[in-house]
Amino acid sequence: MNEDINIKIKSLMDQNEVCLFMKGTPEVPQCGFSSAISNVLKHLNVKFSGVNVLEDPKIREGIKIYSDWPTIPQLYIKGEFIGGCDIIKEMFEKGDLQKKLKEKDISYKEN
Amino acid sequence: MALKIEEIKSLIKESMPDAEIIIKDLAGDENHYSATIKSKIFSGKSKIEQHKLVYKALKGKMGNELHALALNTMEN
Repeated sequence: MNEDINIKIKSLMDQNEVCLFMKGTPEVPQCGFSSAISNVLKHLNVKFSGVNVLEDPKIREGIKIYSDWPTIPQLYIKGEFIGGCDIIKEMFEKGDLQKKLKEKDISYKEN
Repeated sequence: MALKIEEIKSLIKESMPDAEIIIKDLAGDENHYSATIKSKIFSGKSKIEQHKLVYKALKGKMGNELHALALNTMEN
């Protein structure tokens, strides 16, 4: 795969402990699935950075190869791929996402 | 290009013959589906691994011909 893109993706993850690769931005999501994860993170008051893949087709394709996961959105915490929309929603409902945040030492506060 | 429910089912069945599959066309547009899949193949695997197995069964169609497939996988 394209090494430059890989390096760019890694540096995005290094700079942002909670990194959401999404369509659109947290303020203006362009897709229901991206919006759903973004809302979960907002609900938990987690500080996160949204990477808008619609602005960069290379990142859009690169991130799918990086994680071997064919869809966007994708959530990463401290570089670890946590899941797409279905997994994050399920984890949140079961309290597993909160556990994961705690485990990774990311502060959150449930509304 | 859209995929029909039957095509999605048969692709999944090919990889996991024991799977019990329920697929719903969420918007009636043959483009936004949800699938509940129960199979022995999922046992002992993480959710990420389970979903990857389904994506693999769909042979690269996910994210291409198939725009949206909400997944709920269960161990049988």
